Amino acid sequence: MTTVTPLASDTIIQANAVDYLVVGLYFAVVLGIGYLARRQVSDSVDFFLSGRSLPAWVTGLAFVSANLGAVEIMGMSASGAEFGLPTVHYFWVGAIPAMLFLGVVMMPFYYGSKVRSVPEFMFRRFGTGAHLVNAISFAVAQLLIAGINLYLLGSIVHALLGWPLWVALVVAAAIVLSYITLGGLKAAIYNEVLQFFVIVASLLPLTLIGLHRVGGWSGLTDGIRSAAEGNPDVAPAEQQLNSWPGNPLSGFESDWLSVVGIVFGLGFVLSFGYWTTNFVEVQRAMASDSISSARKTPIIGAFPKMFVPFITIVPGMIAAVLVDEMARTKAGETVAGGASGDVKYNDALLLLMRDVLPNGLLGLAIAGLLAAFMAGMAANVSAFNTVLSYDLWQRYVVKDRDDAYYLRTGRIATVAATVIAIFTAALASNFSNIMNYLQTLFGFFNAPLFATFIVGMFWRRMTATAGWVGLVAGTLSAVLVAFLSEDAFGSLSTGTIAVSGQGAAFLAAATAFVVDVVLSIVVSLVTKPKPAEELVGLVYSETPRESLVDAEEASYPFYRRTIPLACIALVMVVILNALF
Amino acid sequence: MPSQPDPSSERRHAAGVLDIRNIIGLLLLAYGVILTLVGLLGDPETEKTGGPNANLWTGIGLLVVGLGFVAWARLRPILVPEAHGDDTGAGREAG
Repeated sequence: MTTVTPLASDTIIQANAVDYLVVGLYFAVVLGIGYLARRQVSDSVDFFLSGRSLPAWVTGLAFVSANLGAVEIMGMSASGAEFGLPTVHYFWVGAIPAMLFLGVVMMPFYYGSKVRSVPEFMFRRFGTGAHLVNAISFAVAQLLIAGINLYLLGSIVHALLGWPLWVALVVAAAIVLSYITLGGLKAAIYNEVLQFFVIVASLLPLTLIGLHRVGGWSGLTDGIRSAAEGNPDVAPAEQQLNSWPGNPLSGFESDWLSVVGIVFGLGFVLSFGYWTTNFVEVQRAMASDSISSARKTPIIGAFPKMFVPFITIVPGMIAAVLVDEMARTKAGETVAGGASGDVKYNDALLLLMRDVLPNGLLGLAIAGLLAAFMAGMAANVSAFNTVLSYDLWQRYVVKDRDDAYYLRTGRIATVAATVIAIFTAALASNFSNIMNYLQTLFGFFNAPLFATFIVGMFWRRMTATAGWVGLVAGTLSAVLVAFLSEDAFGSLSTGTIAVSGQGAAFLAAATAFVVDVVLSIVVSLVTKPKPAEELVGLVYSETPRESLVDAEEASYPFYRRTIPLACIALVMVVILNALF
Repeated sequence: MPSQPDPSSERRHAAGVLDIRNIIGLLLLAYGVILTLVGLLGDPETEKTGGPNANLWTGIGLLVVGLGFVAWARLRPILVPEAHGDDTGAGREAG
C-alpha cells in the first residue's frame, strides 16, 4: 500500500499507486462523460449551447469552474504567498460585483435576444464592423489562452509525475479534445461541475491541514509578521494581513490612490469588462433552461466564488510561512527546485501539497489540479469553436448550409484549436515573456467592450459606426498607455507615465473605457442610428419589460429569485470585505 | 445504465447516470471509499499532517457528501422526455 513508485527521481512529488488510482479514476470518468453526453448531441444547439437545458446550479458552478483554471489556482496562491490578503480583491472586488451585474442587468439581453454568442449580440446591435473586431479578437485570444493553460498543465505534469513536457502536452490535449468533440458544451460543463467538487475536496483538506501545521490563523499571522520584520523587500505585515488599502497589489504608494485604483480600475473597468462580455463565461449561462436560470447562473456562481480565496490564497500564505523553500524565496534568496529550476511563487501550492498531504489525498490533489487545467482549456476551446462556427464561418464564409454542416464545422474547429493550442504551448515554453505581453494585449480588448455594450444596451441612439470606432479606438488607447507605462510591455514600454505593475493595467483599462464612451457618444451624434424596430430585445428602451424577466419567477420562493439572491450575495461580500 | 431513449415513445424517464448529481455523487463516493481505506490500512503519515489522520477524515467527509448527492438525485429525479427534440423542458430540475 505504501510502496513508492516514482516515474523519475527529480519529481517534486512522490506519487504512489493509490495516487495514480485516484487520478486514473478521474480521467476514466471524464472520458465516460464525453461518451455519455455524445448520445444526447443531435444538433448544433445541443453541441454549442447544450440544448439550453441545464438547471441554474449546474451552469452557476460551471461559470465559476470555467474560470478556475491553471492561471487562477496557481496565480492566486502565488499572489497570496507574495502579497498576502490583498489578493482577495481579485475575487471580492474584481469578480463578485461584475458577476451580479451580469446576472441582474445584462443577462436578460443576452438570453432574451436568443443570440448564440456574445459576438452575435454585437452583430445584431452594431452590424459587421464591431462584430468582426469582437469575434476575431476573441477567437485568437481563446487560442492563445488555451495554449497557455495547456503549457501550465504540461509543466505541472512534468514536475509532478516526471513525464516529458511534450508527452504531457499531447496526452492532456488528446483528453480535452476527445471529451469536447464527443459531447460538446454539455460534456465541458459537466466536467467543470465535477472538477469544482474535486478541487474543493482536495484544496479544503490542504488548507485545513496547513493551518493546523502552522498553528492556526494566529500562527499564520505570527509567521508572516516575523518574516516581514526582518525583510524590507516584502510588503509590511500589516499590508499583507489586511485586504485594504491593498498597496502591494495595486503598486501605488498612496493609500488613497490604491483604494481608488482597486475600486475603479480593478473593480469597475477591468472586472466588468472581463466578466460581462467574456463569452467563455456567458456561454455557460446561455446553456441554462430559462431566462430566470440564465440570470441566476452568475449570481449562484458568486457564492462559491467568494469563498474560493480561502482555498487558494490562504494556502499560498501558509506555504510562504511553512514551506522552507518558499519562505527563503520570499526572504530574497534564489532556491533551486520547483517546477522550472528555481523556486518561484507559482510553486507555492505544489510545495505545500508535497509537505502536508499524505499519499491518497495527494492523488486527489493532483487529480484536482489536472482537472482544473483541463477544464480551463476546455472552456476556451468550447467557446472558440462556437464563435468560429457561428460567428465567423456561418456568417462570412459558408452561409446557408444545414445544421449538420455547422455541427461538423464545430467538431473540426475543436480539433484545429487543440492542435494550435499544442503549438502555442510549445511557443509559450520558449518565449514566456512574449506570451505574457500578448495576454496583456488581449486584456485590452475587454475594457472597451464593456463600454460599448453598456452604452449600446441603454442608449438607442448609439450607431453602428460608433460601435466599431469606439472598440478600435478604446483598444488602441489602452495599448498606447501600456507603451507609455513603465513595464506593461517590458522593455518596450518607455516609462513616460510613472505607473507599473497592476497600476499600469488599471490605468490602461480605465483610459480605454473613457475613450470608448466619449467616442461612442461623439460619433453617434453625427451618424445615422438604426431604426427602432431593429433594436427590440437589444436595447432597454425598445424591449418590452415582459421579455426581460421570467413570468414564472414571481411565484418562486425568495431563494430562487434573481434579485433577492443578488442582494444576499452583495451583503455577504461586503461583510467579507469588512472582516478581512 | 439507462436504456437508450426510444424516439417513438412519449414517456418521460429519470435521467439516471446522466444526471450530473449521480456522476458527482458516485465519483465522490468512490474517492471516499479509497481514502477511508487508505486512512484505515495505510500509513497515516502524521509527521506531514501534524497529527490527524487526514485520509480517514477526508474519506469520511467525501462519503457523506457523495451520499448526499446520490440521495438528492433519488429524491428529486430529473425527468427527461423520451423523444428528443423538445428541449424546453428537458433536464429541468424538479426542485
